[in-house]
Amino acid sequence: MRSLYISFISEFYKSRKTLAFWAAIILPLVICGLIAFGYYTSSAKILKYNYPGMMLWFQYSSAALGVMGMLILPFYVMFMAFSVNNIEHKNDTWKTLFSQPLNKFSIYAAKYLYALVLLLLCIFLFAFLTYTSGYLLQFLVPKYTFADYDPAIILSRFYGKLFLASLGILSIQFILSLIWSDFLKPMGIGFIGTIAGIITANVGWKYAFLIPYSAPTLALRAASGTKNGRPEDLPIFTQDIWVSLAYAGVLFVAGYFILSKRNIK
Amino acid sequence: MSRFAIETVGLNHQFGSQAVVKNLSLQVPKGSIYGFLGPNGAGKTTTIKILLNLLQSPADTVFIFGKELNNNRTACLKQMGSLVEQPAIYAHLTGKENLINRCILLGINKNKASEMLALVGLTDAANKKAGKYSLGMKQRLGIALALIGDPELLLLDEPTNGLDPNGIIEIRNLMLELTSKHGKTILVSSHLLAEIERTATHVGIINKGALLFQGTINELHELSKPSIKIEVDDQAAAVNILSGNGAEILSEESGRIHINYTGKAEMGNYNSLLVKNGVTVYSIGTEKKDLENLFLDITSKG
Repeated sequence: MRSLYISFISEFYKSRKTLAFWAAIILPLVICGLIAFGYYTSSAKILKYNYPGMMLWFQYSSAALGVMGMLILPFYVMFMAFSVNNIEHKNDTWKTLFSQPLNKFSIYAAKYLYALVLLLLCIFLFAFLTYTSGYLLQFLVPKYTFADYDPAIILSRFYGKLFLASLGILSIQFILSLIWSDFLKPMGIGFIGTIAGIITANVGWKYAFLIPYSAPTLALRAASGTKNGRPEDLPIFTQDIWVSLAYAGVLFVAGYFILSKRNIK
Repeated sequence: MSRFAIETVGLNHQFGSQAVVKNLSLQVPKGSIYGFLGPNGAGKTTTIKILLNLLQSPADTVFIFGKELNNNRTACLKQMGSLVEQPAIYAHLTGKENLINRCILLGINKNKASEMLALVGLTDAANKKAGKYSLGMKQRLGIALALIGDPELLLLDEPTNGLDPNGIIEIRNLMLELTSKHGKTILVSSHLLAEIERTATHVGIINKGALLFQGTINELHELSKPSIKIEVDDQAAAVNILSGNGAEILSEESGRIHINYTGKAEMGNYNSLLVKNGVTVYSIGTEKKDLENLFLDITSKG
């Protein structure tokens, strides 16, 4: 446990000056900031629709969710999984890392866990910033109806589902980046996977849930499907989420076996 | 407890079908500076990586302070500090941050980082990005990283690579101090015999994955007796005179003759003999065998 903890702290220490870490903070800031800015400057236009509180929150949050869940999130996951491993490939530090008196599993698990925490941080910030910026807009434009509905539950359900839905992608990209030191292979595969995921999910292919890359899109579709029902009832653990979790679990174990059997060059 | 810091028993290693380490039985006594000599590609780095468990080794072939490596990986690594090939440092972190990161991994006080920077003379460059360091500075940082955990056993793979003469002397003195004052054991690899001779107490010579010689530095000196190199105008006459007076001719080629060195007095005698007999001596002096010749010697004996 101590091994895992210090490896994790070291991961943070190493990457705190890299883009992978800062992107987890900057991405949600920029995207939520832009949307909030848009809602502030074109408030007159939006107010015309006379959305009730819940609908307004729905419109407002799906602006961020749509852009981010479909495209930015998968690409951020790819980039981050690459970056966490590339820090060792690039500096040729696998050999030093594995000659420290720490068990191999801790070193590996800490890396994976770190990637997971970055993803969680990024998604949490999206939810948190959507929530706070909504209330900020209410304060700046009192005519808005944000105050009529508390979106805390629905936002945490949406983003929680999105987080679980991206775990499958994270695990695949993590292994690809662990095995290959170059940028193009994991990115290429991830890119094709994401496009395939979006297409299969959108055309409603019945086996789309088996492709982890389609899980975020499926999660988003499920979320927008609740427009008429009670959004609080959005089921989190659907088939596609279980598949995503299964991929994550299996690939996490597989990654360790690949690493432990591999000679460190 | 074993009296060896490192012991390998009939160690083999293959990359695919190519055997890189063959039946290697290293014995590195505690407290020694063990010079691990061999030309490039001899298997030195591979051996060091096996000792660090970076490359898989069969069970019961590698022992660190008497402990089997595969079963006691963490305990063994705790006692080892290493510098393998070019130093592995995070280019985007400063020298000091690289050391602090290692402190985190080893669970030791972060103040140790400044101490190590001072030891290897990098205090002024502490806050410069390590990627911007010169090769020599990187090497120093690598050595600092190897030393920071105060390990009992140091594995240094060509540590003076890229260092200037001053740096080489500093590293040499540092190694001597670590063994004599702090009782550490150092395995240092090199392809330069001259470098090893100045510090090592024990030597192992490896070529094509096989250990050709292992013993103390004195035992090695027995093997690498110097020769006398004489440059003359008349080679045939000189050879006649020398062999007539009991010198063993090792080689003769375009006016240069090599004979066995037996002592200073004899060398003087050969010189005056040649001159008295009308041979012009351009130069005469001892010449140590270089590693290549030593290899040939050792392999031909084996």
